Order: sequence, then C-alpha cells, then structure tokens
Amino acid sequence: MARAAGAQAVTPALRVAALTRYWGGFRANDAIDLSLAPGARHALIGPNGAGKTTLVNLLAGVHAPTSGRIYLGDEDITQLPQHRRVGLGLARTFQINTLFAGLTVIESVVLAVCERTGASRHWLRTVAGRKAEIAEAQALLAMLGLEADAGSVTRNLPYGKQRLVEIALALATRPRILLLDEPAAGIPAGESAALFEALSRLPAEMTLLLIEHDMDLVFRFAERITVLVGGSVLMEGTPADVAADARVKAVYLGEDVHA
Amino acid sequence: MPDGRWSRREVAFWLAPVAAFFLLPGHLVLGSQILIAALFALSLDLILGYAGIVSLGHAAFFGTGAYAAGLLAVHGWGEPLTGLAAGGLAAAVLGFATSFLVVRGSDLTRLMVTLGIGLLLFEAANKAAFITGGVDGLSGVVMWKLLGVFSFDLKGRTAYLYSLVVLFLLFLLVRRLVHSPFGLALRGIKEGGRRMPAIGAPVARHLVRAYTISAAIAGVAGALLAQTTQFVGLDVLGFPRSAELLIMLVLGGAGMLYGGLVGAAVFLAAQDWLAGINPAYWQFWLGLLLVLVVLFARGGLLGALATWRARRGRRP
Repeated sequence: MARAAGAQAVTPALRVAALTRYWGGFRANDAIDLSLAPGARHALIGPNGAGKTTLVNLLAGVHAPTSGRIYLGDEDITQLPQHRRVGLGLARTFQINTLFAGLTVIESVVLAVCERTGASRHWLRTVAGRKAEIAEAQALLAMLGLEADAGSVTRNLPYGKQRLVEIALALATRPRILLLDEPAAGIPAGESAALFEALSRLPAEMTLLLIEHDMDLVFRFAERITVLVGGSVLMEGTPADVAADARVKAVYLGEDVHA
Repeated sequence: MPDGRWSRREVAFWLAPVAAFFLLPGHLVLGSQILIAALFALSLDLILGYAGIVSLGHAAFFGTGAYAAGLLAVHGWGEPLTGLAAGGLAAAVLGFATSFLVVRGSDLTRLMVTLGIGLLLFEAANKAAFITGGVDGLSGVVMWKLLGVFSFDLKGRTAYLYSLVVLFLLFLLVRRLVHSPFGLALRGIKEGGRRMPAIGAPVARHLVRAYTISAAIAGVAGALLAQTTQFVGLDVLGFPRSAELLIMLVLGGAGMLYGGLVGAAVFLAAQDWLAGINPAYWQFWLGLLLVLVVLFARGGLLGALATWRARRGRRP
C-alpha cells in the first residue's frame, strides 16, 4: 500500500504514551510522551537524575513500566521481553560497556549476527563454517574501522574501541530503531572523532535516539531534541528551539549554549 | 574462531587411553571408573565451563541414569545400548523439568536449587527401597552381551573399551557443540550475560537446552557405571559425587573441553594411589592439591599448562 508522502501522518517508528515508572515512591519517569518518525535523528537530554537511563531501560525492556504503553510501529511491545524487541528491530547500546569480555571482537559480532539469523540454535556446523555470518560481521567491523582489531580479545581493547564494539553489536541485530545510550561517555575529547564518524555513517532510514551529555555531539547530530527534567518532558523542539529556550538554559545548559 | 580442526595434541591425548588398555591390563577397572567420571565431568563442563551455570547437584542426573539402566536390567532387559539410551533419556527428562528452576537466578540460587534437587532425589531413592534397594543398593543387574558379541568379563576389558567408545562419541558431540554457533552463544552468556538479551538472544532457551543435554550426558555416564559394575549403590545420587565432580572439573580446568577428562584421571589416580599409602587420610592430600591448584594455577591443570607453554614460547 503506497501512502502519499507527507500528505498523511506517517506511523511513528517508536511511540511512547504516558510512560511512567516509579522506584518506590520516586517517579523516575512521569507520563512521558515521545514519538520518533522513521529515520529520525532525535536526542534526549537532561541533567543527571532526569530519568534518561530509566527511559532507555523501559524502551529496551530491561524494566517494565508502572503504567503507559510503548509502540513499535503499530505494535504494542510494552509486555515483550528484551530479546523479542530486538527481534522486532529495536536495539540499544549501553552507557557502561556491556560486552563479551573474554570473546574476541569478531566472535562477539558473529555471535550477535548468529542470534539474528537463528544460526545460534544450530550446532552441526562450526562457527568457522558460518561463512555468511562471518562475512557480515567483518563488513560491520570494516565500517567501524575495527577490522585490525577483529582477532583481539575484547577486554584487551582500548576503551574508545570498546565503545565502537558497543555499536557494532547493536548494528549486528540490523535494527530499524537504535537507542544510543551516551555512546561518547568516557571517551577523551581527542578520541571521539571515530565515534562521531561512525554515527554519521549510519543508514538514513535507521531511526536513532541519542541519549547524551556531550552537547557538541547533540547539536551536531540531532534534528529534534527532547529535554527531560525530573522525570518529565520539559520541552521538545529543534536544536535552535532548545538552545533559545530560557527554561532549558536555566535547568540544564547554563550559559554555554552552542547554536 | 572455533573451526573444529584436530590438533596433534588432541590426537595424542586420545591415544593415551587406547595405549593404557594394552600397557596396563591390571588397571582396567580403575580405568573404566576414570572414563566414566571423565564423561560425567564433561557433562558438567558444558554447563559450568561454557554456559557458566554452577551446580552442586549434578549427581541427580548421574544417579537417575544409573537407576534407569540398572532397573531395566534387573527387570529383564539387559541389552546395554538401549539401556544406555534409557539412562540418558531419563536424565534428560529430569534435566529439562528442573532446568526452569535453574536457568533463572544468581549463582547462589543455582547452587542451592541444584543442591536441593540432589538431596530430594537422594532421599526419595533411599525411601523407595522397594524399587531401588535403598541403602543395600540395587543388585541383580544382569547385562547381556554387548552388540550380542562381547560379554562383560571380570578383568573389565569389555567394560573399559565400552566406556572408552561411549566417552569418545559423546566427546565428539560436545566438542562439535561448543565449536558451533550454539556453543558460542553459551560462551556469550558466560562472558556477557547482560548483553545477550540486547543482541536478541533467548538466553533462557539456550540454557534450558544446554542443561538438558548436560543432564542426558550425565545420565549416560551413570548408566555406564550401572552396566559395567552391574550394581547401583545409593551413592550414585549422593552429595559427595556432585562435590567430587566439581573438584575434578576445577582441578583439570573448566571451559577447555579436556579439563574434566584430565581432572577425572588425576583425581581418581591420586585417590587410588594415596588411599593405597594411607587409606584413612587420602583426602588430606587431595584437599591440599585442590587449594594449591585453585590459588596458583588459574584454569586448573590445563590452564597452568597453557600459561607455561605461552611463557616458554615467548622466550627467545
């Protein structure tokens, strides 16, 4: 069915309605509404304790919301476990490296590819015999500039490269929507170029939600920004709107605003 | 990347038990015990060394397999290979049924749940003396000729070769398993359990499968013991058997496929030798060995060997 482009509202890639999560009596997320158009470059910012990590974990399915719904396209995924959401095309990276420490980089990515293709249910062929999966993993590593590190054990990699493996593992699931949880966290300013480069090369049709502290990255990357404060959405708008908003300046950006 | 190729060292390793058959004909009974314990340790390695599931109750599956094969023979069906399959199947059913209690939860939960299931089964077998023979054990196990040709002799020649062939075939299966994408997924769970669901992996399903396969292999090992000794004692389900199994695997090195085999051989040979010197105190030396290995040889004896080889190789 062809839909007249622009004439009609496109179904959002990801939509969140009145999403709420209490931790005891503390409202970490309070009635959050958020909608990502297909191919969106959307950033989520907010001071520490604003509820960004809680929201990512609700979206990914690590925690269940106290109330509210999450839709992937038209499908209600609020009750689905993590791995099923990944199967539907919703992937995430982690703010704190959550990798396969003892596996090599290529093994890790092949593993992620095999989980997507269903090869990980089978055991008649060896991993080395899975040529298609290996080729795909190698292509991913090449795209991220990690081909020289394919044989390295993950825990022995420098931190910046481990951040790239984070993204490689998420991309191996072939996501339609990718949640990037502070991908630049902990990377020294001088070494973040490879990461920015990788993000800019992600396919245009992939919907991206970036949770980030680094304002350089946010304003370079995002077409829309949602500002989260105290568990609620303070405002949503273009980078220019956000930079101009007095409330945002007050609670979050301070005087150092990049427009 | 695991390619399943055989190294020269592996071939040499497997020639050793074949050579032992010809060179040590007086030790075949001990040899069979080692081979059976090795198979049992291999089953634990699959879940502990690869998937990272700790268990203190693996004897539940060993004992189930032993009683299944033993009871079948007592009640008139002494055909070895089908008996072996029955032992594996019975243990697999129990493994599958209990896996759901084990795959969730932390290490401590798993230790307690596996320990508890082991104790439950032990006492159940103890109470059900009318079936199992209770503390007196299950006697009257009469085995038919293996393949209709080889009878189980007193010197233990048939038992030894039978055990060796079964161990080798199941080793081939486990070896292929851990080198496959499924095996990679198990290592993934151990190395990064929190990441697995985020790459779309059905962690619980992987673990249920691994646990069931492991239980089946443990059951075959138990069945082998019942058939080759033609007796099933209550100790097949006992806690010491689970604990010794864990010691064997850690001693040899978990997660390296051969660790359990080496550990079983070292453990039982040392037990045999030390008990010959002083029957009362052999566990003292075993305890000392275990402490030394855990403290100073990461990855057990095989881990220490690998470290030593790497260090020697780096020297000019």
